[in-house]
Amino acid sequence: MPLKILIKKNTYFDSVSLMSISTKANQLPDVEQAFVAMATEMNKGVLRNLNLLTPELEDAKNGDLMILIKGASDELNEQSLLAIEELFKKKPGAKGEHQAKYATLASARENVPGSNLAVVSVNGAYAVREARAALEQGLNVMLFSDNVSVEDELALKQLAHSKGLLMMGPDCGTAIINNKALCFGNHVRQGNIGIIGASGTGSQELSVRIHDFGGGVSQLIGTGGRDLHEKIGGIMMLDAMRMLDADDQTKVIVLISKPPAASVEKKVLAEISRCSKPVVVCFIGGKEADVVKAGGVFAKSTKEAALKAVLLTGVKEEDLDLHPLNWPLIEEVRAKLKPEQKYIRGLFCGGTLCDEAMYAALEKYPKVYSNIQLNPEYRLKDVSKSKEHTFLDFGDDDFTNGKPHPMIDPSNRIERLLQEARDPEVGVITMDFILGYGSHADPVGVMLDAINEAKSIAAKEQRHLEILAYVLGTDLDRPNLQDQIERLSAAGVTIASSSANTGLLSREFVCKGEAQ
Amino acid sequence: MMASPQLFQEKLNVINIGIEMFRDDLQEQQVPVTHLNWMPPGRGNVDVIRALDQVEKSALGEKIAKANAQAVERIIQSQPVLIGFDQAINVVPGMTRTTILHSGPPITWDRMCGAMKGAVTGALVFEGLATDLADAERVAASGAITFSPCHEHDCVGSMAGVTSASMYMHIVENKTYGNRAYTNLSEQMAKILRMGANDESVIIRLNWMRDTLGPILRDAMKLAKEIDLRLMLAQALHMGDECHNRNNAGTVLLIQALTPYIIQTDFTTQQKKEVFEFVASSDYFSGPTWMAMCKAAMDSAHGIEYSTIVTTMARNGVDFGIRISGIPGNVWFTGPSQQVIGPMFAGYKPKDSGLDIGDSAITETYGIGGFAMATAPAIVALVGGTVDEAIDFSRQMAEITTAQNPNVTIPLLEFQGIATGIDLVKVAQSGILPVINTAIAHKDAGIGMIGAGIVYPPFECFEQAIVAYAQRYRHG
Repeated sequence: MPLKILIKKNTYFDSVSLMSISTKANQLPDVEQAFVAMATEMNKGVLRNLNLLTPELEDAKNGDLMILIKGASDELNEQSLLAIEELFKKKPGAKGEHQAKYATLASARENVPGSNLAVVSVNGAYAVREARAALEQGLNVMLFSDNVSVEDELALKQLAHSKGLLMMGPDCGTAIINNKALCFGNHVRQGNIGIIGASGTGSQELSVRIHDFGGGVSQLIGTGGRDLHEKIGGIMMLDAMRMLDADDQTKVIVLISKPPAASVEKKVLAEISRCSKPVVVCFIGGKEADVVKAGGVFAKSTKEAALKAVLLTGVKEEDLDLHPLNWPLIEEVRAKLKPEQKYIRGLFCGGTLCDEAMYAALEKYPKVYSNIQLNPEYRLKDVSKSKEHTFLDFGDDDFTNGKPHPMIDPSNRIERLLQEARDPEVGVITMDFILGYGSHADPVGVMLDAINEAKSIAAKEQRHLEILAYVLGTDLDRPNLQDQIERLSAAGVTIASSSANTGLLSREFVCKGEAQ
Repeated sequence: MMASPQLFQEKLNVINIGIEMFRDDLQEQQVPVTHLNWMPPGRGNVDVIRALDQVEKSALGEKIAKANAQAVERIIQSQPVLIGFDQAINVVPGMTRTTILHSGPPITWDRMCGAMKGAVTGALVFEGLATDLADAERVAASGAITFSPCHEHDCVGSMAGVTSASMYMHIVENKTYGNRAYTNLSEQMAKILRMGANDESVIIRLNWMRDTLGPILRDAMKLAKEIDLRLMLAQALHMGDECHNRNNAGTVLLIQALTPYIIQTDFTTQQKKEVFEFVASSDYFSGPTWMAMCKAAMDSAHGIEYSTIVTTMARNGVDFGIRISGIPGNVWFTGPSQQVIGPMFAGYKPKDSGLDIGDSAITETYGIGGFAMATAPAIVALVGGTVDEAIDFSRQMAEITTAQNPNVTIPLLEFQGIATGIDLVKVAQSGILPVINTAIAHKDAGIGMIGAGIVYPPFECFEQAIVAYAQRYRHG
């Protein structure tokens, strides 16, 4: 193989740089072997061993630089030489912004003195360890991970309680602290309404409706889905109520959850009586009397809760657009549906949005099936098959085992949409689209093809298929709310103005005269 | 405690552990956020996690903290001084004419890597125990030779670490605690015994070292009495050495200290000139000296009940082994030696390189070498990059160590002490491995050094160690 030899007289480079250049030179595509080194006795010795020491190289001195290239042809060797000379050039400005890296919570805490909150979203098997470490270091915690045991949750919340820290989650990845959204959250106006939510999307919906009514949020504290269960005892909701009661910015407090366990409800109601600020209570599917007795304000839906909270801050009802139900639209849809198109199929990403729609349907129809029904009689045995009125929460474990949340990965929902479209008994398919931090960058875009296909499946069988959508988001969110709504409308989808209206519209669309 | 809304008065400042998207969303909202380079504890090994759960329990945890404080105190307070040079047979405990010491954990002749076999056969020829290299292979395999790890004889050895009876050794004494440590003399240059080379030129150099260099250094030290190595190490770090891969400043300091005594010895001017020329022929002259210094300090911290401090990291080119203070004696926890990543001498490629070898990782165990990369910007190319990255190495090592050594400091890090006392528990928790700066020997016998770079221990060593530790102290 031809050799190319170049000796640069009196050209000194340190051996470390040359080793680095030589290593890169040997990786060049047309180089069989390359040798870049000072002409020291030691380096010449290496060349001698390799039988590459020519008389020319033999004569080179300590301060001379040797470049030797062995390649397939003289021409390729010349090219390789150019490439090697390029390696000698310093690249100015290559230095970017350098960020220190830490592997453990303890060292990050030590090196970032101002840190005050940890967001933990590692696998549930490790999350408890990290959350405990964070609390022990005096950090507030948002525990996003799921698959955390009730026992672990209790221990963490007791630890947080003893230290006066927030321990948000698990199983509810929503919070807004000091006007900054953590994990799943919307960009809402800062204001004087404090939200404490055991449910993630319910809290999001509340904050968005408050924003829509011109109000603002002081803090949104997501307590975790199990906080009001018997075993946890509402530790975080009670702590959060005291914190918001003591917080000067907060004027009104709103609680949102599924109905608590009886013993926990008692504690929460007692806390409401103690609280110096008005407390609006929205326990989806819960009872009014006890709340009112404790001095709280009862709200049946998230929309009602938002409205009552905003009014309590001094806004006048007559100044608001309350988005009443559009009855002419309801009549129009009813007329389009055939008599056998009796059923609602709700395909939801948000658990509370699903719940709220389901409870609206339950008020009119006794038999409503779901994968999250509390009544075992109406809990779907096989979640892959819908039955009569069916509301599915795709965020529940049935669908998320080993898969990302449907707010990020739409594949389960796409498949189910097409399946429901083939069912001649289906009158309306209802879906939510959640915008904001943590969500898919274009939740409408990823569903549009499937929506068009669903419509055409029904059209081929001379059916009208009503698709009702609710887009949860504010005018400050990304992606753009108006744009998402317009693209759905253009595909023939009807838009609901709130989670509450979503439930009401879908139940009215399929209503055949009297309740069935 | 009464829940207080203190957080609501502060500026949000988040540590994010897990999904990166959450960091991006917070940054978009102008929230300061620190994203952890997180790994599952114990790298997800359930046995390790179980062991960690056990040692983190408060009762045992407190005993460990106390023991580790004591171990680190001993490392920091150690004052190793050079007190002499002599032949191994005269000073090394347990040395015999037919003993060959080697680097790393114990290994038998048939399992040795190319470089170590090359060094062993060369040493047998040098000692006159074999007539030539072919004969040496026969002798090595015959069972007549006792192979033993340097570490089990108060020694450390560079690369193959091969040490035979008549080789001259540094004698280093830990003035604070009275223990001694020994190591061979540097052979300089690339084609040398400790790198596996063994031809005539290598033997000729070894003979000269035995007959001239060693005796001159021995006699010089008789006059000098002692040289404070820790003080000299601290100076060398301030002059830009990390004292493992870069020894330019340390070598100058050491020969500066020895010169007045070398010239007073009864050797000829020609012989003294040869010594000075030899030292000038490479900067590695002081390399082994720091290793013996570190060994003297680390041995004083070994065998402290409950301590989880790593007192030894050593490799034989096949296995990487560590020892833990709280598991006394010569109990090794091993895993496979890794490939060293770094630039190669002109003419060699990564496929030529042997696996990680040598006792020199004692320097990192003490807190210099890779741990002190921030002191040696001149060799950042060895670690593949920028000065910032070099600083990161030093900073990151503080995450797995117990203390900083105020006697040996790093100017670039506001004169912070070197990260000292690798804690087995912290390594197991974080998954961060100690970073080691080292040389690369050719995979075959007879060739020698072909490059330098960085390498990490296999995590297996630490897995085994934490599980064994938890077993030993299972009753608290």
